[in-house]
Amino acid sequence: MTEPVVWPLWGMILACGAATYVWRLLGVLLAGRLNPQSPAFEWVSCVAYALVAGLIARIMVLPTGLMAHTALTDRLLACVVAWAAYRIVGRNMFVALVSGLVVFMAAAYWRGVWPS
Amino acid sequence: MRALDQQALKLGIIEALGVPAAVLGAGFLGYGSLVADAGYSVWMMLMATFAIWALPGQLVLLEMAGGGAALTATVFAVSLSAARFLPMTLTLMVLMRERSGGRRLWHFLVAAQLVSMTTWAVAMQRFSDPHPKTATEHALRTDIAARWYYFVGFSTLCISAAAICGVIGVLLIGALPPLARFGLALLTPLYFFVTLVGEARSRMQVLALLGGAISALVLQTLSSNWSLLGAGLIGGTIAWWCRKPATPKPTDPPQSDAQQLDPQNSDHPQSSQHTKAAP
Repeated sequence: MTEPVVWPLWGMILACGAATYVWRLLGVLLAGRLNPQSPAFEWVSCVAYALVAGLIARIMVLPTGLMAHTALTDRLLACVVAWAAYRIVGRNMFVALVSGLVVFMAAAYWRGVWPS
Repeated sequence: MRALDQQALKLGIIEALGVPAAVLGAGFLGYGSLVADAGYSVWMMLMATFAIWALPGQLVLLEMAGGGAALTATVFAVSLSAARFLPMTLTLMVLMRERSGGRRLWHFLVAAQLVSMTTWAVAMQRFSDPHPKTATEHALRTDIAARWYYFVGFSTLCISAAAICGVIGVLLIGALPPLARFGLALLTPLYFFVTLVGEARSRMQVLALLGGAISALVLQTLSSNWSLLGAGLIGGTIAWWCRKPATPKPTDPPQSDAQQLDPQNSDHPQSSQHTKAAP
């Protein structure tokens, strides 16, 4: 709320792009000189993994914008259904996404008709 | 450009046209709709796609910029979410580099920007395909120079498909009825949820997922600016710390169990040659 200097969005995008490219550049420069299975790399991949997991948890549990109008139960239900479909139908992403979305939208529709 | 390079470029484009472009497209369709829902323009969406070219990082940026987070916190969080690019680029460049140094450095700098989870996984597999069907596929196993063309063709098509689907997502969110809009907004988070939870195999990955998710939600109540960064560092470090069983003896039963469940587990020194990242 009280940010003193707000960066223009395009500046933030370019800064984030540059910050991402740093890892790519290091990969080019260090290729063949570092072991990609060293503990340091394991730590880096753990942090990246946990950060993305945190991001998805935040979007699913504490969403903003459009998603904030939907029920937490419905979002979690969609996750469970999509994951179950993914496992049952041999790791098919499309079947997973469609099942999750159909259940989610059906639940949202039901709530719209009979608001609880 | 040799005839073989042209064939490699063409093969890359054709192979991207199927499942890879469609899966990426689904993710970016949802991303475009989230960008539009947050009130940003289609140009910002395209700029982020081309400049960052990593959907998790783009989502982190969207979440944090929307929440008014500071530049430092945002850049750090986006950068850490992309840290996996270092080992990925590292392993891929080894496969595309000629010892004689025939290829110029800028070729690799361009290829590095094109690396994404999808393009990396497909290229790693293609360059070591044990059952090549066509002459071009066979050539890619031995002709290192042609690999760059394959990778550029494949990745360029993937980026184009992602950008087009992102634009469609931006346009759709305003045109669809409310119920379908909810579905579109859920698409990308759901996609990542299924990828992360469905593909988590090793104990380390499961711990990182749980640690990251729990710390993000707890930290969110303290400081929304730093919650993602904190979640990555705390959850990731805990997972890394616990990645080996408490007593790593060769006869330790939990360890042999873990190895049995997960043949690709790189935690175990003896199994390190079998990880999928090894060429």
